[in-house]
Amino acid sequence: MAERWGLPIVAWPQRLRPNYWDGIALPVVIGVILLAGWASQQMAAPYQPGQELPISLDPANLPAYGARTVLRMIAALAFSLIFSLGYAAIAAKSRRAEKLLIPILDILQSVPILGFLSITVTGFVALFPGSLLGYECAAIFAIFTSQAWNMTFSLYQSFLGVPMDLREAARMYHLTPWQSFWRLEVPYAMPQLTWNMMMSVSGGWFFVVASEAISVAGHDVKLPGIGSYIAMAIEQRDLAAVAYAILAMLVLILAYDQILFRPLLAWSQKFKVEAIGGDEVEPPWFLSMLQKARLFALAEGAIDYLRMLMSRARRGLPQLRRLEAPGRAAAVARERWLDYAWNAVLLLIAAYTLWRIVAFVQAEVTMHEFLHVLFLGFVTLIRVVVLIALAACVWVPIGVWIGLRPTLAHRVQPIVQFLAAFPANLFFPVAVFLIVRFHLNVEIWVSPLMILGTQWYILFNVIGGTMALPTDYQYVAGNLGVTRWLWWRRLILPAIFPAFVTGAVTASGGSWNASIVSEIVKWGNTTLVATGIGAYIAQQTEAGDFPRIALGVAVLCLYVLAFNRLLWRRLYNLAEERLRLD
Amino acid sequence: MDQAITTTNGPLIAAEKISKTYQAPDHAGRLVLDRIDFGLKEGEIVAILGKSGSGKSTFLRVLAGLTPASEGRVVYRGHEVHEPVTGIAMVFQTFALFPWLTVLGNVELGLEAMGVPRAERRERALKAIDVIGLDGFESAYPKELSGGMRQRVGFARALVVNPDILLLDEPFSALDVLTAETLRGDLQDLWVERRMPTKGIILVSHNIEEAVEIADRIIVFGSDPGCIRADIPDTLPRPRDWASAGFRQIVDQVYGLLTTTPQGAVGRRARGEPGATDVGIGYRLPSASIQQLIGLIEALCLPPYSGRADLPHLAESTQISDEDMFVLVEAMQLLGFGNAAGGDIEATAAGRAFADADILHRKQIFAEHILKNVPLIAHIRKVLDERGGHAAPESRFLAELEDHLSEEEAQRVLETVINWGRYAELFAYDYDRGTLSLENP
Repeated sequence: MAERWGLPIVAWPQRLRPNYWDGIALPVVIGVILLAGWASQQMAAPYQPGQELPISLDPANLPAYGARTVLRMIAALAFSLIFSLGYAAIAAKSRRAEKLLIPILDILQSVPILGFLSITVTGFVALFPGSLLGYECAAIFAIFTSQAWNMTFSLYQSFLGVPMDLREAARMYHLTPWQSFWRLEVPYAMPQLTWNMMMSVSGGWFFVVASEAISVAGHDVKLPGIGSYIAMAIEQRDLAAVAYAILAMLVLILAYDQILFRPLLAWSQKFKVEAIGGDEVEPPWFLSMLQKARLFALAEGAIDYLRMLMSRARRGLPQLRRLEAPGRAAAVARERWLDYAWNAVLLLIAAYTLWRIVAFVQAEVTMHEFLHVLFLGFVTLIRVVVLIALAACVWVPIGVWIGLRPTLAHRVQPIVQFLAAFPANLFFPVAVFLIVRFHLNVEIWVSPLMILGTQWYILFNVIGGTMALPTDYQYVAGNLGVTRWLWWRRLILPAIFPAFVTGAVTASGGSWNASIVSEIVKWGNTTLVATGIGAYIAQQTEAGDFPRIALGVAVLCLYVLAFNRLLWRRLYNLAEERLRLD
Repeated sequence: MDQAITTTNGPLIAAEKISKTYQAPDHAGRLVLDRIDFGLKEGEIVAILGKSGSGKSTFLRVLAGLTPASEGRVVYRGHEVHEPVTGIAMVFQTFALFPWLTVLGNVELGLEAMGVPRAERRERALKAIDVIGLDGFESAYPKELSGGMRQRVGFARALVVNPDILLLDEPFSALDVLTAETLRGDLQDLWVERRMPTKGIILVSHNIEEAVEIADRIIVFGSDPGCIRADIPDTLPRPRDWASAGFRQIVDQVYGLLTTTPQGAVGRRARGEPGATDVGIGYRLPSASIQQLIGLIEALCLPPYSGRADLPHLAESTQISDEDMFVLVEAMQLLGFGNAAGGDIEATAAGRAFADADILHRKQIFAEHILKNVPLIAHIRKVLDERGGHAAPESRFLAELEDHLSEEEAQRVLETVINWGRYAELFAYDYDRGTLSLENP
């Protein structure tokens, strides 16, 4: 066909010749390249502190703002991915590094994400003077912190879980550590990582909205994006603009889901180790395009060639290398002493850090205030507990009801997932409006905002847990005449317990995080403040009082850690040990 | 030194005084392999047989360079083996295929790691796939294949790198009987017709017939610690007939070795003869399932056996695998329900009484015998009798066991004891609290 048009085309193999799917693929590729170019230019625009960045409430600007927001998300996700690959790999490979890295991760996970923003923004701004890039970095970093820890944990766990026989096969067939990382460990971790990424991004939307409008210690910057748009709308009391922003967000999340995560999830199915049969995922259109468009086959060929070159370059094969047999006893003894030394170093570092933090805070803060902050933390704790309990009472029955109807459940699940991803903070202005209008008690009515976005995790998991319940059990229950309360107590509640705990852990973590933005809410010049540690941190952040931010964040951290250790982890273990269905 | 060892007549691979100790963090190491000398000659298939836990798989991994030996060395082509080397390939019991790679991808993997150019890689892989009979499945993912086909991929992956030595780690034990037979036949055809470049094969197995069918030489491993108990040449003409007298004789001989302890200590003790070594608290109790044990004793006491049976025959008629059979026979001897010698087993008077008794009476006989013959159970019972409240945490006994056994083994032994004790109604066990007690719920 090419000859007929007289085009001098190289003899391309059939599988690389363009087809219909390329008709979609080509514009997508070009569009992405252009967008990335435009946005990176915008991101690094010159900027002097104090300069006003115009945010217009004209909905015509929303597509551009949306693009900026999406790019921040993508950048954060990319950084999270790189970070988690490196961090998890080191933690999984080195026993000594593991001792340091995993506890750090555990603590980082419980630090409120907006706390990171308050602490790091000054540093980032100093890094890129005279440019907007510093603020961009701070915002991206905040989103990064909402995703990275989670993903790292998932990767680390997967790396540890790689089956022994696959490891041995990789060694037996001489894969270098580098090769076996990419050919064995990363693929093995892929399904779990994809799922986790999707969940993390859901959380990320919340923080992208919260972190675009930066207001820390005199820095008052609104980075162009949907988050700033809504902040502006709140300042100007423009309900219509809020509605536009919600609409724009809806479209964005839908697009993200369709273009990034549906394909990723379907694709990651092939990395599952067991899964004979199982639920097959319908291949989404975007994945079909990737797989069928020849443009991408071409790219794949190129990548394959590169990998080939790499592996040839790294051909350091153990060609019958003769190694000195190590003096084994001596080596064992040396290892042990190194262990002791390493433990001592870790202890010293921990002690020193603790001492520095205490000294830093103590210089500014009295014992009395410290106790007051502890009290504030307790108030927030009560809110979280009550809210989770309420959400459980509402969503467990509904979730079970839906889960018992598979067709309905399949239709509802994506919607719930979507609700979980939707940044609930977009609805806060509505709440303020209502509270003021009906003269409601701020302490009580601000609380539901904390769980507005995270309650869906409970519903989502309960539906999933109910669907996983083998129908045999229901038949048996029916056969034995087990009904009503007995049916709940003996069948359903134990069966969904593990799933419920997973959902509740996520929901409670999200609620702690949300406390910073939901205990203090604004509408124009009306500001509603509830008692709680979230409000405390938010106020100190605005004032730029670093010792007090540190104190607030540390206390919040302490509560989250204690709460997780004393409650969730125990429930989790109980669920793992006794109530698993297999 | 190089020249000294690389003589043409020397073994392909040799193990010299290999010992392996597993170092538990808090107490002294546990010896799993004890000074093993072994050599694989060119053109030879050697089968290594042993009960589970005899360290035969560990030994194979030491040969492969996957696990370092604590003492001694492995010599291959004049070099010590400390890590996997080219020229040695392995086939795994669990197939160990990468689920995200197609059949072709899996087979090509080893070549890719070696930096073989793409075209050559493809050609060699396709040839190996062809040889092993996987034509038409090149683009399939492992999860689309049956167990037998998956293991064929495992073989193709090993053969494509043209190994001198093929290490087979129970390659047929995850397959059903018929599939295993076919694959075994195909492997032997390739070997006999010299259609694979491999110069020697080591097969680890717990299936005696399988080993007798394939091997030129059978090494029988003794347990605790793993050591070579016997080295039996197997020169029957190929193809080998399972029913032939010569074949049955070797099978019986190996059965005899694997169902008696070297000193005959357990058997003698069960017969109440003097001079038996003591079965101490730290004895690695065979984890025999009660249901299987009852079934076996019943089958043994009923016609056609009426109390005495040829073990391989009994195994076949009861459809108990060799691996389970070793465990059950050891348990029967330990408890004094039967005696094994020369590949035969005979029920004792107690064994016959047990077979004849009804459900409740059986429990009594069982209780009596485990109390008498298993010191750990007697010990637990004594502790429970003496303690106030007649209860004790399992961690206490676990700690005692860990003085003698690895953590895993201790856990397994305690599980067995709890199972036996529950059946005998000697004590109760509360899973949630992890306590043993005398109370009966």
